Amino acid sequence: MAHLLEMENLTKDFGGIRAVDSLTCCVDEGSITGIIGPNGAGKTTVFNLITGVYRPTTGAILLEGASIVGDRPDVIVGKGVTRTFQNIRLFNRQTCLENVMTPLLQRTPCSLFSALLRTPHARRVDRTVRAKAMSLLVAMGIESYADAKASTLPYGLQRKLEIARALAAEPKLLLLDEPAAGMNPEETRSLADLIARVHADFNVSILLIEHHMDLVMNICSPVIVMNFGALLAVGRPDEVRADERVIGAYLGRKKRDGNKAAAPEGAEGEDRHAGARR
Amino acid sequence: MDYILSVVTLAAINMIAVLGLSIFTGFTGLFSFGHAAFVGVGAYASAILTYYYYVPFFIALVAGAFAAAAVSLIIGVPTLRAKLRSDYFAIAILGFGEAFRVILENLEITNGARGLPGIDSFTTLPIVLVALAFSVWITRNFLKSRYGVACIAIREDPVAAEMSGVGLFRTRLLSLVLSAFLCGLSGGLMAHFLSFIQPVMFTLVQSTQLLAAVIAGGMGSITGPLFASFLFIVLPEALRVANMWRLVAYGLMLVLIMIYRPQGIMGYQELPDLFRRKISRSGTK
Repeated sequence: MAHLLEMENLTKDFGGIRAVDSLTCCVDEGSITGIIGPNGAGKTTVFNLITGVYRPTTGAILLEGASIVGDRPDVIVGKGVTRTFQNIRLFNRQTCLENVMTPLLQRTPCSLFSALLRTPHARRVDRTVRAKAMSLLVAMGIESYADAKASTLPYGLQRKLEIARALAAEPKLLLLDEPAAGMNPEETRSLADLIARVHADFNVSILLIEHHMDLVMNICSPVIVMNFGALLAVGRPDEVRADERVIGAYLGRKKRDGNKAAAPEGAEGEDRHAGARR
Repeated sequence: MDYILSVVTLAAINMIAVLGLSIFTGFTGLFSFGHAAFVGVGAYASAILTYYYYVPFFIALVAGAFAAAAVSLIIGVPTLRAKLRSDYFAIAILGFGEAFRVILENLEITNGARGLPGIDSFTTLPIVLVALAFSVWITRNFLKSRYGVACIAIREDPVAAEMSGVGLFRTRLLSLVLSAFLCGLSGGLMAHFLSFIQPVMFTLVQSTQLLAAVIAGGMGSITGPLFASFLFIVLPEALRVANMWRLVAYGLMLVLIMIYRPQGIMGYQELPDLFRRKISRSGTK
């Protein structure tokens, strides 16, 4: 498989704090790659670096072999990378349909002149975009909310709407920042199904940050583990799960014998605890 | 009758400027305390063209609007490129507006602080109404297009807008230029209606009145600010019998709107929406 996205020695400093520390890893075309790591490990910063919100202190980011460092966020979106946010960011006063139409319209050429006079061409653009947006809402199963204001949707559906909006930009790589945050186990399972379906139906590679271990272990391969901004481990879910360093990072570990009982070690203990984190 | 006609004409002229500011403030989410300067550019540019150069009124009017749009680039490019946050931008453009007035007061061609008297009064109510209808139509088309949708996205969430492929600088600048264009059009009509313009007509006070109409009328609405600006021009005239109290009434009206409808008269909706909702509600009963 070819590398869709490559990060080489990626480093980001905020003042004296090194949020991302010479990270080298890649996302293969057609994969669902997971990023896990304790809070503050620099996962979201990596997303912000990829999408151009931050500029890396040093290092390279290559999309299909070409550097995207220094590009504006909207340019990077145009090249095929979109994302969702950890704390949902929708256009709240717009309807669901309008939310999804926004990125679609940005990808559809229409001159200012034609737009201001609403020529037949502009009307045609509007109709096709509307139909496309509607089909995306159908794919997410939220078409009945098309005319509802985005802010009125229940939390879980807002997540789906945000994914629909991200897909509307027709990405090659979709970044999902904690899509299951705040969801119960059942909702998380249906979200995992949805992500797997989106991955197959829209022919898109996915990079996702998540704390729900069952979701990551079920649908992601490979899994990237970060700790203190640096790469800790990469591998198949079962490999990562068994990795001593990963267990140490997640649960902490007694260096020497203390008075208190040592933290439970071994794959089974890690799995149970990590799964119960949220 | 002439008096009523002239009040309505003046109100309609003002509505065009408010419409322009509404694009920038109500739909793009950036506050401006300097849009009277763009009205001034339109007024002076078109008046100078007809007064000194005998340019036909219609061409002068269009030229005034384009001049205002061009001048908006001078303030827009540096401030919007720097991605100044809304409040900082408001201050920057306030300074620009005041600087513009000082320039007007010191130029030869504008006749300084004394102003330009005796401009031919070409503006009539039908012309103003056609211009207003044209402006509303253009604005509505703009807001439905990819450009207007991008403006609204920026108002709602600049970060998410960028992630939807919206260029912040480009879109904000376009919004400013279009809003300045409409303000310039309004200025040209005003100059040829009053037949006298002077720099003090385009200061912070006028900018604030435009902004008050947009906010009291409702952010993200076309009809709301239009209604509010009509009210703001007509009501003080209607209350002339009350002498000094009319200005108090004007202030009181603003305060009451803000207390009882903080989202503005029509916040984030349009007049037709209200009717549609009523129909659907009565339909379900």
